[in-house]
Order: sequence, then C-alpha cells, then structure tokens
Amino acid sequence: MKRRKDTWLLILTAFSAVMMMVALYLALAGAPDADLKSETGRYAQRIIYFHIATAWVGFLAFFVTFVGGVGYLRTQERKWDILALSSAEIGTVFMLGVLVSGSIWAKPAWGVWWVWDERLTISLIQFLIYVGYLMLRAAVEDPARRARFAAVYGVVAFISVPINFIAIRLWRTQHPLIFGSEEGGGLGPNMMFAFLFTLLTFTVWYITLMGYRIRLERLRDGVEQLKQTIMG
Amino acid sequence: MGYLRKVFAIVWKDIVAELRTKEMFSAMFVFAVLVIVVFVFAFDLRVTGERVQQVAPGALWVAFAFAGVLGLNRAFVMEKDRGCLEGLLLAPVDHTAIYFGKMISTVLFMLVVEAIMVPVFTAFFGVNLFDLRLMLTILLGTVGFAAVGTILSAMTAQTRAREVLLPILLLPVVAPVLIFAVKATAGILDGQSMGEIALWLRLLVAFDVIFVATAFMTFDYVVKE
Amino acid sequence: MTADPAPAIQVQGLIKAFGHQVALRGVDLSVDNGEFLTLFGPNGAGKTTLIRVVASLARPTSGTVQVQGEDLSKVATSVRAHIGLISHNPLLYGDLTPDENLGFFARMYDLPDPGSRIDTVLEQVGLTARRRDPVRTFSRGMVQRLAIARAILHDPVIMLLDEPYTGLDLQAADMLRSVLQELAASNRTVILTTHNLEQGLEMCDRAAILNRGKLAWQGPRAGLDLVAMKEIYRDATRRPPDVKRGT
Repeated sequence: MKRRKDTWLLILTAFSAVMMMVALYLALAGAPDADLKSETGRYAQRIIYFHIATAWVGFLAFFVTFVGGVGYLRTQERKWDILALSSAEIGTVFMLGVLVSGSIWAKPAWGVWWVWDERLTISLIQFLIYVGYLMLRAAVEDPARRARFAAVYGVVAFISVPINFIAIRLWRTQHPLIFGSEEGGGLGPNMMFAFLFTLLTFTVWYITLMGYRIRLERLRDGVEQLKQTIMG
Repeated sequence: MGYLRKVFAIVWKDIVAELRTKEMFSAMFVFAVLVIVVFVFAFDLRVTGERVQQVAPGALWVAFAFAGVLGLNRAFVMEKDRGCLEGLLLAPVDHTAIYFGKMISTVLFMLVVEAIMVPVFTAFFGVNLFDLRLMLTILLGTVGFAAVGTILSAMTAQTRAREVLLPILLLPVVAPVLIFAVKATAGILDGQSMGEIALWLRLLVAFDVIFVATAFMTFDYVVKE
Repeated sequence: MTADPAPAIQVQGLIKAFGHQVALRGVDLSVDNGEFLTLFGPNGAGKTTLIRVVASLARPTSGTVQVQGEDLSKVATSVRAHIGLISHNPLLYGDLTPDENLGFFARMYDLPDPGSRIDTVLEQVGLTARRRDPVRTFSRGMVQRLAIARAILHDPVIMLLDEPYTGLDLQAADMLRSVLQELAASNRTVILTTHNLEQGLEMCDRAAILNRGKLAWQGPRAGLDLVAMKEIYRDATRRPPDVKRGT
C-alpha cells in the first residue's frame, strides 16, 4: 500500500517538473510581448503568469483548508486535520509568493515596491489570515483541541475572504488610480494559452507538494503512536 | 423564552462583576483618553484644518479597535482563569446562549469606552462627532467587531499567547468592518447624503448578520471538549 | 424481575482520547436509579475524564453514554438540568456575593422559587451570615461550602462528585458528608470518585476501580470492609508485569 502511494508521488513530481519547465519557457519566451511602452515593463509583465497562478493556488489552498476544517468538525477524524494543516502551510508559502512577485512586478513597471490594488490587498489579507492560522495551531498544545480551534478559525476566516474582497473592491474604487491604466493590460489570445497552462502547472505542483506534506504528517503521527505504545 | 432569559442572565452577571471591579470605570476612562492623546502626539500637531477631517474617521476607528481588543480580552479570560466556563457549560441551555451573552456584554463594554472617546476626540480634534447616523455606524461596527471577536477570544483565552494572538486572528477577519465604518464615518463628516452613506451601513448590517450566524453555528465546537 | 427501568447512567464501550493520549480505553459501566457508586482509582486513571463525559462536558471519542435510556449527545441540554457536579473548580464568581452567584445559577436552571431555595441551601451549608459578601473575601473552606450549595441548588437527581474531599477543611468536610448522607438517603443517583478508600466506602452501594482507562473491578458494597477493599485495590492497580516502563 505504501509502496504504491510513493510511486504515485514520484510520478507526480516528475510530471510537475516537466510542466514547470514548459511553463517557464512559455512565460519567459513563448508568449508574445505585452502592449506596453517600456521595455522593462514588458519583461516585468511576464511575471503575471506566475503571479496569478500563485494567487490561484493560494486561494485554492485556503478552500481546501476550509474543507478539511469542516470535515474534521463533522467526523473528528485526524485525516481531515492533516489535510487542513498541509494545505495551510503550502498556501502560506504561495501567498507569500504572490506578495513577492507583485513587488517584483511593481518596481520596474511603476517604480514603487507596492501598490494597493484590490488583488494585492486581498492577497495580503489572505497571507495574514494564513499566518494567524499557523500561529493559532502553534499556541494550542492538545492535538484534539488544536484541530478543533484551527477548523473553526478556518471556517470563520474562509467566510471572511469573499467579504474582504468585496470590501476592498469597494474601497479601491473610491481611490484614484495612481498608476495610470490597469496593470498589465488585458491578455491577448496568444497569452491565454501560456496563462492557462501555468495555472494548470501550479495546480499540479500544489497537489505534489500536498502529497509530500501529508505523507510527512502521517509519518509523524506514526512516530507519536509508537512513542505512546512504548511509554505506555 | 428560557433561552433569552438565560442570555440576559449572563449579560447581567457580567455587568455586575465588572462594576464590582472597583478600578474598572476609572481605568476605562483613562484608557479612552490616553488612546486619543496618543493620536495627538502621533499627528504631531501637523494635522490641522481640513486634514483633520481627512484623518479623523480612520483615527477614530483605530481607537475603537483598541477599545474592542481590550473589551474582548476580559470577556473570556475572566471565565477561563477561574475555571468558571464549565459552570456555564453545565447549565441546561444551548451553548450558543453563552456566545450571545458574552457578545452582548462585550458590545456594552465597548460602547461605554466609545462613549467616552467620542467627546474627547471632538474636543481634541475639533471635529463634531455628535451625529445620530454616526451613532448608528458605531453601533453596527461594534456589533461586527464583537460578533467575530467573541468566538475568537473564546479560543485564544485558552491558549498560551492569548493577548497577542487575539488581534492577529481578529483584525484580518474584521477588516471589512473597519473599511465600511470608516467609509460611513467619512461620508457623514463630509456631509454626504443619506443615500450614499446607506450603502456602507447596509454592508455593515450584512457583515454582522453573516458573522453572528457563522459564530452561532461553530461556537459549540469551541467550548465542547 | 421483569422489565427494569433504564439505568440512570449507562456507559458502553466508552473511549476518550486526547490526540494520541487515550484516557479511557473502553469503559462499560452502569449505575441504577438511586444507586450510590464510588469509583476508585489512582491518579491518571481517567476518573475525572469519565465524570466529565457523563456530565456532558466532553464528547466521547467513541462509545455511548445513556442517561435514563436516552443518548446523552442527543438530550444533553435538557439532561443537564438534572445533573449536579462538584469538582476541583468551585465554579463561582469571586466578585459576586453568594446571593448573586446562586441567583445567577437559579436563573440558569429555571428554578421556580429561587428566593426560598437559595435561603434553604445557604442555611444547609451554614453561609447565611455571609450571603452578601463577595466570594473573593471567603476562606477556602467557605468557598467549597458555597460550591456544594451551588451544586445542590437545582436539586439534581444525578450527582457527580470528582474527588470532592480534596483540600476541604474539617467544617467543609463535615458539611459534605452530611450532604452525601442526605443524597444517599433520598434515593438520588450518585457517582463519587476518590482515591481515599475509607471515605469512598462509607456511603456507597457499589464500588468500582478504574485503572489506566479501564474498569479493573466492580462489585457490591455489601460484605466489604476496609481491609478487604484495600486488598482488592492493590490487586487491581498493580501494573501488569510484562509492560516495560519507558524513560
């Protein structure tokens, strides 16, 4: 049983790696140039493929954490908690990636390190929610209680995400757009393929990482159980 | 209705216990004044005239957020430290009554502190805050804050890093309250029509309803081992 | 004997785990109406956990708990009106007076005539004179007497006591003993946990021993004296020889 699962994970990793290389090529070279004035701006724009794909995974991961939380509250089974925890950890990293890639884009494109556009702002909030989730987990010692509290916070925070998005969107429309036209412009049809492919690549990558993280957590559980049995 | 009577019993018990803490009122008053004074220093007397009007809404709501975190920290820490929460859990009433009781007493506490802050703010910044629509905004915002804060503080009160953890968990979730409330407050101070401000008030109501409902559904999982 | 009424409390296959630590490993226990059961066991045996599950403060990981034939998880809210608990925590508000404390609980338990009930109960524990002083001014013994008052305030049919004698001064201990005698006489269902064999054996109808999450022994009180009980206890709590002690 374990053997088979490991093989599956290895195949997924290899597949992930291949897709990533293709995506890199498409994003950095394959896709056509954006319709922007500055040359640095045009190069910087290419980060949009990774930027949005990362954000997509960041939010998808939180949805999975939400599902894991609900699953745990209903069944009290550890596997749901493992799902929630793993997704939260991976999501945190991806969300950080959104913020960093947003910065990398903003500097050459607009000359500043950060813009308060709606998507970056919601990503910042999401990142903070993730961090809060992990800190809450770290602060509770009893594993059953930790899982319960994390699940409840996962539910409450998940519901806040769309509300936050609406709030930030409304907040944003009140402010003059400081940085000229819409960031990056629209995506032409040739860009669309690179965009969707990158999206898919990152999703596969997320699943691969989840595979490893869940396996790690299960191994940890196994060690804990052995400890308990020996020390009786 | 037995349920409502028990909710109010909890609120009343909290009020009596708070009043018994002799330093409570003077502490709240001093706290309220100090927070506003901090803003005076932060603005370094460079914020005058029209700019006061621009920053006032934000500053006011930051001050209220301080009051909120203070209020939330006492609601459950009190019960957990002396192990009284079990007494409430043993009572023949749905555990959500505990949530509502605690939420209402937190709202009342916050309103008292806010009621002190408003005239102090008016006096120090020369911005007239005595407006009925503003009172409504403050009420709705406070309810939203308390609705989320009560269930989160029920969790953090049982952890090690309780005072630090609560704001970290609370603020990202409660950000819309701040956004909507500041928008409404700014609108009121700018003299906008009721129609424009109504949007923000309606959003606040929606937030309050959604989160009270969410807390209602998940509270039992927080208190039941 | 035909169709006995459902036992007051019936626990079947109760398992309670806290993460990887298993506090109760499958307990089967049944307490009849009006029965006084004393549960003995060393520290860490799971006595407090068992009491808390029966009091509906903790959910079983698996297994069932039935009160008067009904599944506890389904009727918990209404059943709690008939359960009283005395544990390590006095469950009292220090800033409030006994009048206010008991008044609060009277409201939480929907008592029909709170005033006179509070008077009666305060009389019983001998705290009538101090009824308007905040509890934080009380001595430890007085706090515990008031805790007893709180527990019997709503006249529960089922009384759970988790090591109630711990830290009681003489006056409070006497008070507790007389309350227990009254409970036993008035046909209430009682579960008492303790590791004091003498005190536990005094008033019970039946005794049981919990060790490391499992029921190691149970039997009727009749014919048991302290010496015999000590022997049984020693046997039941001896660690099985083949389990290694980890460091």
